Amino acid sequence: MTLTTEAGRAKHALTTMWTIRRFEEAVDDMFARGLMHGTMHLSIGQEAVPTGACMALSEGDYITSTHRGHGHCIAKGAKLDAMMAELLAKETGYCRGRGGSMHIADVATGNLGANGIVAGGVPIAAGAGLAVRMRGGSQVVVSFFGDGAVNEGAWHEGVNLAAIWDLPVVFVCENNRYGMSMSVDRAFNVDTLAERARGYGIPGVTVDGNDPQAVHDVVAEAVQRARSGGGPSFVEALTYRWKGHSKSDKNLYRTREEIESWRERDPIAAFEAVVTGGGAAGSASSEVPTLSESDVEECRTLARDRVREAIRTATAAPDADAATLTDAVYAPAGESIAGGTRG
Amino acid sequence: MTTTSETVNGAAAPESGPVTGSATPAAAEPRTLTYSEAVREAMAQAMAADERVFLFGEDVGTYGGAFGVSGDLVHRFGTERVRDTPISELGIVGAAVGAGLAGMRPIVEIQFSDFTAQAMDQIANQAAKIHFMLGGAATVPMVLRAPGGSGTGAAAQHSQSLEAWFAHVPGLKVVMPSTAADAKGLLLSAIDDPNPVIVLEHKLLYKQSGPVPEEPVRVPLGETAVRRTGGDVTIVATGVMVSRALEAAERLAADGVSASVLDPRTLRPLDDQTIVDSVAATGRALLVQEAPKTGGFMSEIAARIVESPAFGRLQAPVSRLCGLDVPIPYAPQLEQAAVPQVDDIVAKAGELVRRW
Ligand SMILES: Cc1ncc(C[n+]2csc(CCOP(=O)(O)OP(=O)(O)O)c2C)c(N)n1
Ligand SMILES: [Mg+2]
Repeated sequence: MTLTTEAGRAKHALTTMWTIRRFEEAVDDMFARGLMHGTMHLSIGQEAVPTGACMALSEGDYITSTHRGHGHCIAKGAKLDAMMAELLAKETGYCRGRGGSMHIADVATGNLGANGIVAGGVPIAAGAGLAVRMRGGSQVVVSFFGDGAVNEGAWHEGVNLAAIWDLPVVFVCENNRYGMSMSVDRAFNVDTLAERARGYGIPGVTVDGNDPQAVHDVVAEAVQRARSGGGPSFVEALTYRWKGHSKSDKNLYRTREEIESWRERDPIAAFEAVVTGGGAAGSASSEVPTLSESDVEECRTLARDRVREAIRTATAAPDADAATLTDAVYAPAGESIAGGTRG
Repeated sequence: MTTTSETVNGAAAPESGPVTGSATPAAAEPRTLTYSEAVREAMAQAMAADERVFLFGEDVGTYGGAFGVSGDLVHRFGTERVRDTPISELGIVGAAVGAGLAGMRPIVEIQFSDFTAQAMDQIANQAAKIHFMLGGAATVPMVLRAPGGSGTGAAAQHSQSLEAWFAHVPGLKVVMPSTAADAKGLLLSAIDDPNPVIVLEHKLLYKQSGPVPEEPVRVPLGETAVRRTGGDVTIVATGVMVSRALEAAERLAADGVSASVLDPRTLRPLDDQTIVDSVAATGRALLVQEAPKTGGFMSEIAARIVESPAFGRLQAPVSRLCGLDVPIPYAPQLEQAAVPQVDDIVAKAGELVRRW
């Protein structure tokens, strides 16, 4: 599937990336204005990874996500108003205001959840893959995590289980060069994180994580392998987070120049250049641009309007209600949720 | 439940200051530090005095710690002794156990106390048991510092109060400082101690200021502090609940109810004698913790009271006021409802006195 030469897919990819960006910019702004509380991890600059990866998935496929999970959630098809409502601590939020940004899940679209625990989702992805295998299903699980997660014990144990049991899992590492302030150069003694795959006997590739097409292609190949019984793979997508790790970050561990150099490699601007024929890849491969300037404008407007609408709807919704605080600590008898989805 | 954590803490400076156990600053104008500065000063003084002491953990170097506690220590002691680690809690704590066994005095910072779950094997099965299992032939002198508690909107995986987990394991010592002076003095004692010590700091206290002696004055482990003396009811509280209990006591006093406020400060070893003596005098005990009620540490204190001769003096049932049995929620109004606030303490203590 090419995202760059087919207009429908190009629009989908572009709109998804813009939606993630606009959503997070809005969140950043509301946070700064004191309208949102807690903390926030933004993935601005990394939009190509979830977009490219989720476009390689089919309905019914699963993902596990992270603390930096808005992009995964949006790319997998979540409702923006329910996401925004969650961040605004509303009863209509995905978690009824119980979870906040770090715990959004959308089981209906196969999103098994963001996670406040680094690498927490990795063994869970292996388990979901095991369930698929045992049920004789054909779904695939994509597990998103950061470079920092690759040094957690849970990561190693989860990847190994998936490897020895040939589980249909694609491990997608968003290597944004830092786990909080710890650079990959200081945290690893290998040249690429993809090398770690060899230790578990699974394929591992490194790809440009700012190019949704490149991400899509390697993930699609891995998904295909997983779906046909070929077991798990590891994809390392090289990207960068523009914003601080969270609200407490003073960016003492990296230079302004470094941040600037990555902003110049904006995945959205690069993709727009390619699909409108202005970019190197686009001009080489197609005489007729895939999208016109007005198509691009349409995608941007659509993304902006969706986010505005989500803010409007969420803001008007009722606040989460403390009277029912203890309701959902235990599931009532008989309410086991078969197949991971609540009917 | 109108009181926000800020006002609680801001208004909480106990007029009398620590009555027992703490060093009283000699100067007329005692110097004040924030709780987090006090922790940093303890680490700096310990590192300056003893080359075996070093700090490691996630983002403790250039970043200065997720809550800014290590601050500039890396510039003062270098990257060898203020060492950034990858995100590998089990490995980090295990390395502290090993370094302690091999003659160092490691301090480990775990970014949120919730992440001790990752490291629990090294904490509970290794650090806690090695001295005993080897018949006393080796020691594991190490300190694990970690912030706990709710009130920051960080939700269920970043807001827990896990002291009961650690207090349940023989071989661990468990410390919960509630003032800046204790944050320094108890940490210094923890660093001196030849055993693994878990120091649970509270996120909402980091920015609270109080008098702290400049010298490295130790506050011994195992001495309950009497923060306030009153005759009608004994309120025992830990962590951020101590300042809430003190504020509640002020309000109760205006209502004609006089409360003692006791802060155990260390759960292991626990100075239960001071608590029992106070309850014997007042005849009533209100035990306040942020952690969920079921299986919480205040259940242990309740048991110690009713097992003691103070039982015969009780005029009211021993009563616990705790967090709800619920994971900490994200929404601010829900988060506040999940843990005791000043109003709740006032109401419960007042009820104990008036009804019995
Ligand atoms: C087990 C655990 N340890 C530490 C943290 C604190 N923490 C949250 S995100 C983070 C950095 C994660 O880095 P990475 O996996 O590269 O993801 P990124 O933030 O770069 O997206 C840290 C240290 C945590 N949430 N969970
Ligand atoms: Mg990272």
